[in-house]
Amino acid sequence: MAGVTYKTRQLRRRYIERAFATIAVAGAALWLIANLIKSPTQFFEVTFTGLSNGILYALIALGYTLVYGIIELINFAHGDLFMLGGLFSAHFITLWFGQKVPSAVGWGVLALCLIAVMVFCATINVAIERFAYRRLRRAPKLAPLITAVGMSFILQFVGLRWNGSGQKIWPSLLPSGNLSIFGVRLPYTTIISFAITIPVLLVLTYIVTRTKQGKAMRATAQDQDASRLMGINVDRTISFTFGLGGALAGAAGLLFEQTRGLTSYNLGFQLGLIAFTAAVMGGIGNLQGAVLGAIIIGVIQGLNDGLPIGLGQQWSNTVVFSILILLMVFKPTGLLGKPTTEKV
Amino acid sequence: MSIITRKKSGSKRRKVPASQRTWSIGFLTLAIAVYIFYTYIVPHTPDGFQSQIQTWFPPSALNEALVWVIAALGLNIVVGYAGLLDLGFVAFWAIGGYTAGWFMSGFFYQLNIHFGSESPKTFPGIHLSFWIVLLLGALICAFFGILIGAPTLRLKSDYLAIVTLGFGEIIPQVFVNGENIHGFNLSNGTKGISPVDNIGLFGKRLGPFDLNYKYMIFVFMAALMVFISLRLRSGRLGRAWLAIREDELAASMMGVPLMKTKLSAYAVGAISGGLAGVAYATHVNGIFAERFQFSISIILLAMVVLGGMGNVWGVMVGALLIAWVNSTGLPALGNEINSTFNTNINFPSYTFLIFGGLLILMMLFRREGILPESRLKMVLHENDDDVDNEAPHKNISEEEAL
Repeated sequence: MAGVTYKTRQLRRRYIERAFATIAVAGAALWLIANLIKSPTQFFEVTFTGLSNGILYALIALGYTLVYGIIELINFAHGDLFMLGGLFSAHFITLWFGQKVPSAVGWGVLALCLIAVMVFCATINVAIERFAYRRLRRAPKLAPLITAVGMSFILQFVGLRWNGSGQKIWPSLLPSGNLSIFGVRLPYTTIISFAITIPVLLVLTYIVTRTKQGKAMRATAQDQDASRLMGINVDRTISFTFGLGGALAGAAGLLFEQTRGLTSYNLGFQLGLIAFTAAVMGGIGNLQGAVLGAIIIGVIQGLNDGLPIGLGQQWSNTVVFSILILLMVFKPTGLLGKPTTEKV
Repeated sequence: MSIITRKKSGSKRRKVPASQRTWSIGFLTLAIAVYIFYTYIVPHTPDGFQSQIQTWFPPSALNEALVWVIAALGLNIVVGYAGLLDLGFVAFWAIGGYTAGWFMSGFFYQLNIHFGSESPKTFPGIHLSFWIVLLLGALICAFFGILIGAPTLRLKSDYLAIVTLGFGEIIPQVFVNGENIHGFNLSNGTKGISPVDNIGLFGKRLGPFDLNYKYMIFVFMAALMVFISLRLRSGRLGRAWLAIREDELAASMMGVPLMKTKLSAYAVGAISGGLAGVAYATHVNGIFAERFQFSISIILLAMVVLGGMGNVWGVMVGALLIAWVNSTGLPALGNEINSTFNTNINFPSYTFLIFGGLLILMMLFRREGILPESRLKMVLHENDDDVDNEAPHKNISEEEAL
């Protein structure tokens, strides 16, 4: 008898949830259509901006999801690593190499900087893992999490010292101007950031799915002890994962600095939070999920900020986090995450 | 059923009132000693000493630290007792603060409601007594705690942390942008609500410089939170919280109703956040939306963790210490060093480094905090030595558990 009532209650709950979700999705669709009819060009432009934001978030979100997938740690310092990446790129390009306008040399410096900043951020991330997180690997979850928060503060301090307390504006090496397709203006900067991001993502996919190191990563994520028994060097694999995540954050930092042209010590927190939300949205630990979630969040944010009928930029975070909370309520595992049952 | 009855009779035999008496006497003595020191001794000391006190331990910093203590004790119930990581505690602080803003000021100037407040009857707005507003703040926060908790508490720990974080970002943003919600002014936006009514106490209206009265009120509120924490901790609900903290699955197998227990932890924590919010609003005499940042949640968490999760005295020490370092200790120390060595170092800009370093070092070398709870200490160190990761659960005997 008790089982039946439990089952009916579950069923009723599911119906209510489904009805609510349908209403929410229908409302969102209605809002989009209304905007599309009102001003189609703006709609497409804003979507494109959202996409380019999304792909930037994807680079950061992948770092979160890689680390979470392998040691189940929310690496709060990751967003700040991205911020340091941006700072490093700004100094590298503008101050150390003195490049201020788009030129042939500029492209070379940009390519050099991409490599340098990836190495820079990867080194920091590996060092953080080596000195702090590794020693807490067997401690209860709260301990590494709080350490990560502490690391985030320290990186912010470095950023504060390096950059100063305000925002700094930097010149961009990317050509300004727009590509115009059917009256829809697509900025060159965003097109170039696509051109940089997509190969990076492809290389990452290749590393994780095709190489031996990637196989070791996946094995370690699944079961550390078993993979150790199989002869995998777990410590080195985890270090490698942190390095990979750091490199992605570095690339994101360079892209952000070049497309937006600004650095600030507290940027990492904001963007890191949004990127983490994206990782959770896609199902944390899942690489495709992180990219999908990041693009969805980027587009939603772009639409909300730029559409004529919308809440506007000042409600941006509220919209993003409300969606996150709703998603967590209705689908706690994220869009592509697999439901896990806890082992006793 | 028999287990529950045995536990009940067990708790009766342990004479809880006696232990409550010990701490309350100690607490009261200390509070009165501090009060006497500030009210009667300091004014009669030489000027040099007085100015030293003003730089190093000003009474307003003490009051602010007490507000932090109230909030940290609430977070301790959520994080320390029930083991639910909450990264958005600032939301409750903000809601409590705005409750004071709405019901204790001339903000709603269209209305003219007075009840129990000492402010003149001609002032427009809603003016309720401070004590009623405390109650209101607690109730509203408990409501929001349950509202956000109910659908999300079935999530696993990390997801819960991130949802609370989102909540902690949404609420302040609502207040920052709340100047014009379809023509309705909810929060006066970034301008904030100021001034808030002074606290009325026995027919007397406390001015902004009656710091010693405010001190007494805040001490009373902190004592109330300690009392609530200790009583709940030794009761059935508190034991259920600890059981959930240690092993959620095992606790539910033993008949602990997970949802109800977690929700009550959330609600009690939220209540204290609301109390702290109201107290803070009267302390700074206003509410300013931009102060409610993520860093408040983190500082509160740091207080709980550094002091000793699960131990009210540890949390209190941690809260007093960090609040003091943050508000006066660091700037005062910086000025001292700068004037002694003729340097020009901006010490408050090192806050990030000091906080971050402190958190990391504590986690690496003293995970259980300054004044640890014995039971939690064992849990935090259970895996330190065993490399072969055997026996994750050592025996914790009933006596230590209670």
